[in-house]
Amino acid sequence: MSNNPSELKYVASHEWIRVEGDGTVTVGVTDHAQDLLGDVVFVELPEVGAELANGDDAGVVESVKAASDIYAPISGEVIAINEALEDTPENVNSDPYGDGWFFKLKLTDEAELDALLDADGYATHCESEA
Amino acid sequence: MGNKTALYQAHVDMGAKVVDFGGWDMPLHYGSQMDEHNDVRNDAGMFDVSHMTVVDVTGADAKEFLRHLLANDVAKLQAKGKALYSGMLNVDGGVIDDLIIYLMTEPGVSGEWFRVVVNCATREKDLAWMAEQAAKFDDVALTEQPELALIAVQGPSALARAKVAVTESRATLIDNLSVFQGVESEGWFIARTGYTGEDGLEVMLPEDEAADFWQALADAGVKPTGLGARDTLRLEAGMNLYGSDMDETVSPLAANMGWTISWEPEERNFIGRNALEAQKQAGVEQKLVGLVLEGRGVLRAHQKVIIDGVGEGEITSGSFSPTLGHSVALARVPAATGESAEVEMRGKRVAVKVGRPVFVRNGKKVFS
Repeated sequence: MSNNPSELKYVASHEWIRVEGDGTVTVGVTDHAQDLLGDVVFVELPEVGAELANGDDAGVVESVKAASDIYAPISGEVIAINEALEDTPENVNSDPYGDGWFFKLKLTDEAELDALLDADGYATHCESEA
Repeated sequence: MGNKTALYQAHVDMGAKVVDFGGWDMPLHYGSQMDEHNDVRNDAGMFDVSHMTVVDVTGADAKEFLRHLLANDVAKLQAKGKALYSGMLNVDGGVIDDLIIYLMTEPGVSGEWFRVVVNCATREKDLAWMAEQAAKFDDVALTEQPELALIAVQGPSALARAKVAVTESRATLIDNLSVFQGVESEGWFIARTGYTGEDGLEVMLPEDEAADFWQALADAGVKPTGLGARDTLRLEAGMNLYGSDMDETVSPLAANMGWTISWEPEERNFIGRNALEAQKQAGVEQKLVGLVLEGRGVLRAHQKVIIDGVGEGEITSGSFSPTLGHSVALARVPAATGESAEVEMRGKRVAVKVGRPVFVRNGKKVFS
């Protein structure tokens, strides 16, 4: 079954957020999401410097099965993207919480962190969708 | 809960992700669709296709019935076990289903009979249509064989590995099979046919022997392969999927199935013939082509195809091609379409190459 690390935060649209403690976060898609997507073949990421508002389109994941939008789970400026995914999109499947990360954001408003789900809350959400 | 094949428990035990497919609980993949696809292109994979419908056609009028029912001509089957691919058309020339038919006896003998394999999702309408047409003949019996399991073993090593998984006498039969031919063996029917563009077998066997054969194939190094890879393999091979690439509203002439229509002899009055002849006379307006997107992105069914100065078409099947490393698609476009087009993908127009609807055969790129 999907594993959801307890140190991460989550949103209902299946992105995870790692709070780095310096006003930045790292974002990716969850193990549950990659399992639903199947083999990922392309990842389109936002541009470094882009200002994203919570819920904005932040890219696209194309798997063999379907194309899925990635959303900004929180507002911020894109300060880094995982360029390695261009050549190794399969990392999203094999290591969704590690090498499969998507982008890093400099937070606009740290108070938004309070609205994110914890691992248990996310697990409950996934069950409700099943 | 859907219908379950005799191999359902084997799929679960092998880690399958099970999905509903036409009312059946079938394996989508066993971990990675891409790995399974590549196993079939490079070595050997096995598919449970027991959900497909097997119908035996017997009786003194079996052959004349089939020559009326099908656009391809079973009279072309001139050796025991030979197989033929055909469309089954309605009177308007639309495709009710596509199927494989085997001659199960020597040709022309008394008691000559045939075995037909049709799609799962179309089972009920196919059986109803066949029964309706059979009623016009004095002596035709249609017997469904739901107790047969159907396992496809496909890939360049499929025959060699399958031979290890069967008795010595069956291995000898496999050695002597020519392409598109099948042979009966103690309740099994072993055919050198498939839906992947690779060499391989399709084996029909009693349900209660299916799990043991499946395990023997696994022990011989054949990898379980799900419906996901089955779809990308057939797409690369340019093989139509019923309901996606053609249906009752589509002429076989607009679905790259012209080669499956036997026009000769002229007096053979198969269902749909008059409509197809009228279409040919008037000029067929559309054709099924292959599209290749060499850049990033994945072509998907129902995306719009725009051909500058000619018109518009639509993708009927599209996916990422694991063998080629980029996306390919089948599309129905105006007949005047040349070698290039654009596809509307997620709000953007992307240039694609247009060519024959076949991309990979026997592990090699063939698109041009």
